[in-house]
Formats: sequence, structure tokens, C-alpha cells
Amino acid sequence: MELQTIWFFVWGLLWAVFFMLDGFNFGIGSLMPFLAKKEMDKKIMVRAMGPFWDGNEVWLLTAGGVTFAAFPDVYAVMFSSLYAALMLVLFSLIVRGVGIEFRGKLDTPAWKRLWDTCIFIGSAAPAILFGVAFANIFRGIPFDGEGIYHGTLLTLLNPYGLLGGVLFLCLFLLHGANMLACKTKGVLHHSAVRTANRLWPVTLVVTVVFLIASWFATDLYDNYLASPVLFLFILLTALFLVGVKIFLVKNSFIKAWTASALTIVGATFFGIIGLFPNMFPSSINADFSLTAFNASSSPMTLKIMLGVVIIFVPAIIAYQSWAYRLFKDKITEESLAHEEGY
Amino acid sequence: MDALLLSRLQFAAATMFHFLFVPLTLGLSFLLAYMETQYVRTGDETYLRMTKFWGKFFIINFALGIVTGITLEFQFGTNWSRYSSYVGDIFGSLLAIEATASFFLESTLIGVWIFGWNKLSKKAHAAVMWLIAGAGTLSGVWILIANAWMQHPVGYVIRNGRAELDDFMAVITQKFAILEFFHTIAAAYILSAFFVMGISAYHLLKKNNIDFFTRSFRIALVFGLVFSFFEIAEGHLHGADLAEAQPAKVAAMDAHWETETRAPIFMFAIPDEKNERNLVEIFPIPGMLSFMAYHDFNAEVKGLKDFPLDERPPVLIPFVSFKIMVMLGFYFGFATILGWIYRNRLLEKPWYLKMMLLSIPLPYIAIEMGWVLAEVGRQPWIVYGLMKTSDAVSPIAGSQVMISLIAFFVVYGLLGLIGFWLMFNHARKGPAEVIAPS
Repeated sequence: MELQTIWFFVWGLLWAVFFMLDGFNFGIGSLMPFLAKKEMDKKIMVRAMGPFWDGNEVWLLTAGGVTFAAFPDVYAVMFSSLYAALMLVLFSLIVRGVGIEFRGKLDTPAWKRLWDTCIFIGSAAPAILFGVAFANIFRGIPFDGEGIYHGTLLTLLNPYGLLGGVLFLCLFLLHGANMLACKTKGVLHHSAVRTANRLWPVTLVVTVVFLIASWFATDLYDNYLASPVLFLFILLTALFLVGVKIFLVKNSFIKAWTASALTIVGATFFGIIGLFPNMFPSSINADFSLTAFNASSSPMTLKIMLGVVIIFVPAIIAYQSWAYRLFKDKITEESLAHEEGY
Repeated sequence: MDALLLSRLQFAAATMFHFLFVPLTLGLSFLLAYMETQYVRTGDETYLRMTKFWGKFFIINFALGIVTGITLEFQFGTNWSRYSSYVGDIFGSLLAIEATASFFLESTLIGVWIFGWNKLSKKAHAAVMWLIAGAGTLSGVWILIANAWMQHPVGYVIRNGRAELDDFMAVITQKFAILEFFHTIAAAYILSAFFVMGISAYHLLKKNNIDFFTRSFRIALVFGLVFSFFEIAEGHLHGADLAEAQPAKVAAMDAHWETETRAPIFMFAIPDEKNERNLVEIFPIPGMLSFMAYHDFNAEVKGLKDFPLDERPPVLIPFVSFKIMVMLGFYFGFATILGWIYRNRLLEKPWYLKMMLLSIPLPYIAIEMGWVLAEVGRQPWIVYGLMKTSDAVSPIAGSQVMISLIAFFVVYGLLGLIGFWLMFNHARKGPAEVIAPS
């Protein structure tokens, strides 16, 4: 396989892992105003994100960094074209992270309300915006041969883009509810399970609508039609989504979480496979599109970076898994009383 | 207003704000690791209380550091897309390596450290802080290699209309990077030491928790003393290397207009950029600039007038920031020497404690001035000698940047206020009683 092809899929994988991991934080943060009935519920929900959010957010930093390193032109044109959307994402992530860390540092209602709002907005907005951005990338972005974007923030808010936003939000909410079901006991646990069960059919419908809309709005299916065996991948992702429901019914919440994680990875790769070799297609003229082949770094850089990824990514997965196992216990009022984190 | 100027302002604001929080995490992590290790070795609970009290500052700063750092990385794409395309092959790789090879470890372990008191053995928990400290410093290595490459590009070829990597080892082992790394990391350690000494001094003045704060003060003092003197020597080497690598910056930071041998340094001067001279020059030390730059009092130092106008950096800003940084650098050496002399009778020297309390902001100023000098002094280049800043900006509308710039000011301003207010509160309250981990 060519170096650029390998890098294309590494690039896709990094985004997928970021969505899978920070996705449950986005979900929990967005569900907080709806599921938390009292202050203790909020504490538990924040604590469910606490040990993980910064480690998860570094996947975004890495996805961005790798785009910069391996596909500098994509990095340049993508982020300058999506300027306003990306800035909104970044500010959202700022207030979310600070909210999670600062919320417990003071015990007044106004202080808590401030950071609760920040956590909610900072979770829901990126969930939607990432969906809007990626759906628009699938659809093509109006930029010219000079990499100049001919549109505004509103250009991105077309029906298909918005549908992408709804899809991502649904997937992350479901994933977050599953995580919460794993991490809690009692009333909060039950409302998390109930929420997951209610979100599931909605997510299913949105997913199906998105798959159909993609047929009309994008060229994603060209690759699938060229090698129909790839349709199995969509089927597999659908099975993961069905698995979520099966495991929810069986009360196997860790498995349900794993299934929703794999659904998110599958959904990301549905687009990634369909895009190949495009990374940032132009809707003005296909000749302007940035691909894995015309936007990549030099072979030397790609090789060095591949070495870095091969050495460090398995190590990262190993120590992050260790951290997840370390904090696998359910969070309760009693367990919070014994620690000083937040 | 145009996208270029606004993007420069935005990057300056975002970087300077980011670097208000990062240095403390770099140095404090080592002090915390030492304190916690002492706790594990001796079982003395004062060390545990110290770890937790100072740890809270670390957590506040780390949170602000990470969220503001992410915006920095993406700003190369949003605002400097021409730059990103042109040098991503090299510069992008360094940022990506930083994230994968070190920042990941640090960020993951932070969560483990904060929440892991009862989940890990005491030894393992202390080891986590050592790893955090090591990973943080290693992050610094990669980021500063990346910045050093902008200051002094090496190991590249111009191919396919861009700078492509030619010699990776040359990039990561170049002298400029090594000097810049040690300079910045030592500055961060000094800042952390002064932070701990300053807050300890406050409580010692009030006679609160005397044992706790005397010990904290002394630990930080040793750290601060070593790195203050290291910094003075290192800063000199860095400056001398700069004379080779970036002669225009050296001329600007010393407001040196005419090429001459036995070039002097003035104890006081006011540069007048419009008329290419200094308005006031007092107390020249003849040959000093030649000596500092080339270790030879008679060496010729190129003056600003011999650089083409469109390759000259602004003069006043680098000049002022350089002088402030250097004066503060010497002050840190002086203050820590005094501390060493008084280390066993700190309570008898309230004026010294007061001085150290008031010194908390000074390393922050020194560090920011250092970056202003490094970045403004490199102008008009974004990559010295290779790419001009004006050619690097994204083809985006100024109005868009104006909106985001205002958002940066508002959001960062509020976050900064809240962050420092939290730290101030925590500092004033002093250490709480802690429960030893089970």
C-alpha cells in the first residue's frame, strides 16, 4: 500500500478515536441539565468525565497535529475555510474543560450555574459542529484553487450539514448515556438507561435518514459501488447500532457502551471510506479537491511520522486503557466522599 | 483592519495568555514530585499536605494550559494557512510528535494523579507525578524545537514550492533549539520557584503554618537558586549564538544602528526608529556588545542600518523587552542568593519575605518579555530568512478575525481573572488538613 494511503486511514482513525472517546464526554455534558435532578447528580456526572476529558481531548490535538504533519495543505485549507466553525468549537472546548475543572472549586449556586452552563454548551456545541463540519466535507466545500473559501458560516448550515450535526449529537448522547449507565447506581443509573433506550430509536432513524441523504447529497457511495464488498462495512456498523439496543435490554451496559463506541467509529469510517482519496473536496471544481496524494507531506516526513505513530499510539492506547480500568468503579455519593478530586 | 495585523494580534494574545499558565505547570510538577517522594520516603504528613496544597495550583494552571494550547495549534491552520502549507512538512511533524510522544502521557496521567490517591500505591502515585513532570518537560523540548526552527531553519530543502524535510536529526539537534529549550525551561522553573517562595513568604509574614511554609520556601529556593544562575550563564550563550543566527535581532535588541568594531552597550538608551538613531544614549560600556556577541571586545557588530529596511525588525519593542528580561534575570539571581543567606532565619527578615511576596509577578513578566523579544525580534520573518510573516497569513476576511479576536479577549480575559482569582483565594487560605490515602 502506498504511504499516502496508509496515512489517509491513520488520519481517519485518529478522528474516529477522538469521536469515540470524547464523544461520551460530549454526551454526558449535553445530558447534564436533563438527567441531573440534584447537585449530587451533577457532581457524579462531572466526576464521570473528570479523569478522562483531557486525555481524550489530546486525540483531537493529535488528529489536528497529524493533519498538519502528513497533509499540510489539508490542514491549511480545511481550518482556514472552516474558520468560524472551528473557532466556535475551540471556544466551546475551552469553556467545557475549564468548567469541568473549576466547577467544584467553589461552593456557591451562581458559580455552579455558570460552569454548568459552560459544560452544557461546551459539550453540545462541539458535538453538533463536528457533525456539521464533517457532513459538509463529505458534501464538498466551496473553495477555489488558491484555497480561498467562498462562503460563510451559514453556508455550512445546509440541510445535509445540519443532518450531520443531528446525527453526531444523537450518537454522542447515546454513547454518553451508556457511559453514565456504566458509571452510576440508583436513580441516576435508571434515568441514564431510560434515556439510552429512548435515544436509540431516534438515533436509528437519524442514521438511516443520513445514509439515504448521503446518496443524494454526496459522492460517498461511489467507492462503495466500485467495490460492493465495502457495503459490508455499513452493515457491520448497523449491527453495532443494533447491538447497543440488544445489550441495553440485557442490562449489559459495558457491552452497550462498547457497541456505541464501535458505532461511532463505524459512522466516521463510513465517511472516510467514501471520501478516499479525497480529504477536503471542493464543491466548486473537483480539480481543486485536496486528496491524500496531492496534499501530502514528503515521503521522508511521512515515514518518520509513521514510525512515531507505530511506536507511540500503541503505548498511548495501553496507558489510556490502564487509566480507564483504574477508574472503572461506579461513582456514588459514598465514593465521592472518600476522594478530594472535585 | 486587515487579516494580517489582526491575526498577529490574535496569535500574540493567545500565545502570551497560554504561557501565563504553562510555565508554572512545568516547574511545579518537579517540586510536587519531590514533595510527594519525601512523603513516601519519610511518611511525614507535612509533605503530603504540601503536595496537596501546591498541587491545587498545578491543577488550575494545567486546565487553563491545555485548553488554551489546543487553540494555539489550530490557529496555525485557521490564521496562518500559507505558512502551514509551506512548512507543515517540518513544523507540523514537530507539533504532532509533541502530542503523541509526550503531551498524551501528561494529560492522561493528570487525571490519574488527581483522582488516583486511593487507587494507586503511594509509590506509584508519586511516580505518576515524576512522569507528568518528565512528560511536560519533554513537551517543551518538541515545542521549542519547532519554534527554534522558525527562528533558525535548518535541515530542509525547497522542493515542490515548499520547505521539505531533508535532515531530521539536524532539525532536532540544532544548537539554537538546545539553547532555546534550556533557556525557556529554566525560566519556567524559576517562575515556579518564585511562585512557591512568594506564597510561602506571605504566610511566613503572617506566621501561619511556619514549618509548612519554611520547608516549602526552602525546597523552592534551592530549585530557584540553581536555575537562576544557570539561566544567567545560559542566557549569555543563547545571546552569543543569536549574534550568528539572527544578527538583525541582536542589533534591534541593543538598538545598535551603525556597524562598528568595539560596539558598546548603553546602560540607558531611547531608540528613535524613524531617524535611525538613539534619542538618548547614556553610560556606554565600550566593546561590551562586541564581547557579548563574539567574546571579543574588538569584534565588528553589524548595525541595523546595514540591514535592508524590509528585513529589519521593529526596534523599540525588542529593545525594551530585552532590557527588562535581562534586568529581571539578574534580580532573580540576587534574590535567591539573599534567600540562601537567610535560609535559616527567614522569619527574622520580614523585608526579605515582603520582597519575595512582591516578586511573584516578576518571572511572569520576564518570560513574557522573552517571548516578545523572540517573536517580535524575528520580524518581518515568520521563518527567519525564509518566509515573511505577511506571506504567511490565511486568505480570510479581516472581519472574521476581528470577531474571533474580540472573543479571545473576552473569553481569555474572563478566564484569566477567574483563574488568578482562584489561585489567589487558595493561596490566601493556606493548606487544609488532609486525610492520608488509605
